[in-house]
Amino acid sequence: MMFEHEVLIIGAGLAGLRAAVEAVRRGSNAAVITKVYPVRSHSNAAQGGINAALTDRGDDWTDHALDTIKGSDYLADQDAVEVMCSEAGQALIELEHMGVIFSRDDQGKLGTRRFGGQKAARTFFVGAITGQAMLHVLYEQVVKANVRVYDEWFVTSLIVEDGVCHGAVAMDIRTGEAHTVRAKAVILAAGGAGRVYEPSTNALICTGDGYALAYRAGAPLMDMEMVQYHPTTLASNGVLISEAARGEGGYLLNSKGDRFMLKYAPDYKELASRDVVSRCEQTEIDEGRGVDGCVLLDLRHLGREVVERKLGYLQEVAHDFMGIDLAETPIPIRPGMHYMMGGIKTDVNGATMVPGLYAAGEVANVSVHGGNRLGANSLLDTVVFGRRSAIAAIEYAGSVRDMPKNEDQLKADQARIRRIVDRPKGLRTAAVRRELADSMHSHVAVFRNQHGMEAAAAKVREIKSAYEKVSIEDKGKVFNTDLVFALELGYVIDTAEAICASALTRKESRGAHYRTDMPKRDDANWLKHILVYEGASGADPRIAFLPVTITRWKPVERKY
Amino acid sequence: MQATVRVKRHNQELPATHGKFQEFSFDVPANTTVLDALIKIREEIDGTLAVRCSCRASICGSCGMRVNGQARLACKTKITDVSKDGAPVTVEPMGNMPVIKDLVTDMTLFWDKVRQVEPYLQPSGPEPKGEYIASDESMTHLVGVMNCIMCGACVSDCTALEVDKNFIAPAALAKAYRFVADPRDGAAKQRLAKLNEYGGVWDCTRCYYCVEVCPKDVAPMDRIMKLRDLAMEAGYNNTPGSRHTRSFARSVKKGGLLNETMLAVESTGLFNIPGQLAQAPIGIKSFIKGKLPNPLGHKIPARKRIKRVFEKVEAERK
Repeated sequence: MMFEHEVLIIGAGLAGLRAAVEAVRRGSNAAVITKVYPVRSHSNAAQGGINAALTDRGDDWTDHALDTIKGSDYLADQDAVEVMCSEAGQALIELEHMGVIFSRDDQGKLGTRRFGGQKAARTFFVGAITGQAMLHVLYEQVVKANVRVYDEWFVTSLIVEDGVCHGAVAMDIRTGEAHTVRAKAVILAAGGAGRVYEPSTNALICTGDGYALAYRAGAPLMDMEMVQYHPTTLASNGVLISEAARGEGGYLLNSKGDRFMLKYAPDYKELASRDVVSRCEQTEIDEGRGVDGCVLLDLRHLGREVVERKLGYLQEVAHDFMGIDLAETPIPIRPGMHYMMGGIKTDVNGATMVPGLYAAGEVANVSVHGGNRLGANSLLDTVVFGRRSAIAAIEYAGSVRDMPKNEDQLKADQARIRRIVDRPKGLRTAAVRRELADSMHSHVAVFRNQHGMEAAAAKVREIKSAYEKVSIEDKGKVFNTDLVFALELGYVIDTAEAICASALTRKESRGAHYRTDMPKRDDANWLKHILVYEGASGADPRIAFLPVTITRWKPVERKY
Repeated sequence: MQATVRVKRHNQELPATHGKFQEFSFDVPANTTVLDALIKIREEIDGTLAVRCSCRASICGSCGMRVNGQARLACKTKITDVSKDGAPVTVEPMGNMPVIKDLVTDMTLFWDKVRQVEPYLQPSGPEPKGEYIASDESMTHLVGVMNCIMCGACVSDCTALEVDKNFIAPAALAKAYRFVADPRDGAAKQRLAKLNEYGGVWDCTRCYYCVEVCPKDVAPMDRIMKLRDLAMEAGYNNTPGSRHTRSFARSVKKGGLLNETMLAVESTGLFNIPGQLAQAPIGIKSFIKGKLPNPLGHKIPARKRIKRVFEKVEAERK
């Protein structure tokens, strides 16, 4: 069967749903395609809040912009940061009007908490479930607008002809049938790539689909070496403990019981930028002041009332996975892979370098996060640029006259799927992914060096050729998750390839890309973006550069 | 430690195991969850096993299933929570919904019911320039309901839904409460009118299973009871459920005990002649067998103290 829409949105997290709401409000025939149900999307897991500088509270968006740019280690494009921070207030109020139950102050106005890397308290929140509370409300709006949602459909390719994107091929997981879904414009809002690493705070569905789809379609990925390690994740399974824990006043302690952040960041302490705090923790651990490979997050002094009322979900997670009561006992945590600052290169309207293809949210790189994202800027990014990408995609779609009618891409994808299904017993998907993800965590993590990154790149090449030997046991059509995982592994490998290529290119330390063999930032040579294009027919990726846009904030040394 | 998991298989494309339980045993660390075990099976032992899962941290709601006969989130259930001394853990798909494959159910019914309650804010009047002013208490109260991750556990084990598919069921009713209780929503009265109809709040049998199985402490039944109160307060009294509630209270307040005969008569409605005639045969039969409670009711010695309790509560509510 063939399906047709004016705008096709791939992904139903915050960016995708915000884009869908905007598109339908503007009368567009838009549809959303998602490999899960919308409310299962990983935006759920965002805990701490969303940043906005509200002028009626004495805050100023330029202060927020400066904090963001400083946090990015000056790699963010300042025009894009200006757009995000100046539109933040409107985006926030819009969410409140849609029904998000933001926490209030004594006057009944929106209340704030402090977050890392920012001087002002400008993070608006719903307990420790801000992402979930926003995602469910946007889903409500999608229900209200009666948006067509293809639930549990898995995208296997973008359709690109003569360099222009005209839709996607996707498999209905429930029936196992692949279909062409034509669209005049496509918005990729497919989220992150946590499964490229092990462990990761990310959900099992975060397999880099969007990066790989765009990469294969000829769109370049930008600054892919910028992978955020979150300072507070559980050692046992990588699950996130929100920055809100430190925002509400939590301490980080080493094995001697010292608040070690006082030494590294006397001004911001535990609330320095995430890359900084993660490096400090790792240094404590590496120098023998850790506790079983972790440091401790201590909330005891906040009291039970604050822990349970403001951080209830954290208490639940600590109890379920560690048997710890946060009001009584410090919890062991360590830096864990959390977020991709890098992504598909877009302009401030979400346009990628492939006509007809737009991107928003984590999968995109606008770039507002540069070398390091501030906590609570990701939710803001999703709604601001989800909305903008919808507006731009509709405008572009209006200019599209003809769409190709052939089913070439569908046939190619069906043949590719058939090859995987028919392949006799070979390698197991999970074991192959694990090997790759362990290597990425060993070599392209908090601290990096040339030798390690080369080893990781070699491992990616090895696994890329081994991918042709991956086989599946499930040969059926109905809800074949074995097949979905095999296809996802292909996306994981491509994303890892781009991360390694970009990381090996950047010969300095900046933001999350910290090289022990080149520990200094080098603005003279490396104040620039790195673009990675997929290599032609199996060749190594191609690298290109773009200047960083500086508007009014000259790069200076970063101190917390 | 050794774990044994018995999984109900459902896969028409694999007739050999379709409809049967399959047992898997292996060594796992002590804090292993049921979901960890299922992932281990599909990654290392049997790639055909179908199970939905994503976040591993009880926030996405994907892995609702029945564990030892009760709906749970697999990622929030440790093997040791449900298995004493290594006894096998039985895993089946959720109830009240058709099975697609193995542990994957067709949740269409679930989403349809959510849609049925108009699950979006309907403010009245013009939008304010800034945010709506609302107390922190009112918002914090709603967090308890917004905690719902739509996993389907309550719907799976709902006994009222099991006998009547028209029942809106716990998750969607809790969602409805979220809007009725939101000070920003302007459609509470219309919402309550609809929830007062057949399939709505009065069709809950108060079995309490939804509260017991909810992995996020949303307590759907408590929200349904609150909706009943609000519906009656809004003047929607013309339902058997509402009459039942009032008759119950009246009789206990008066005599300290329940008057079962009048409860049946009053719940049906005094002027509901066909209804009264329909239950007359049961009444006559009970009378002949000497089982009809005294229509004038019973009185207990402490009834004055009970009456005072009622009066105190009523005064407080005013």
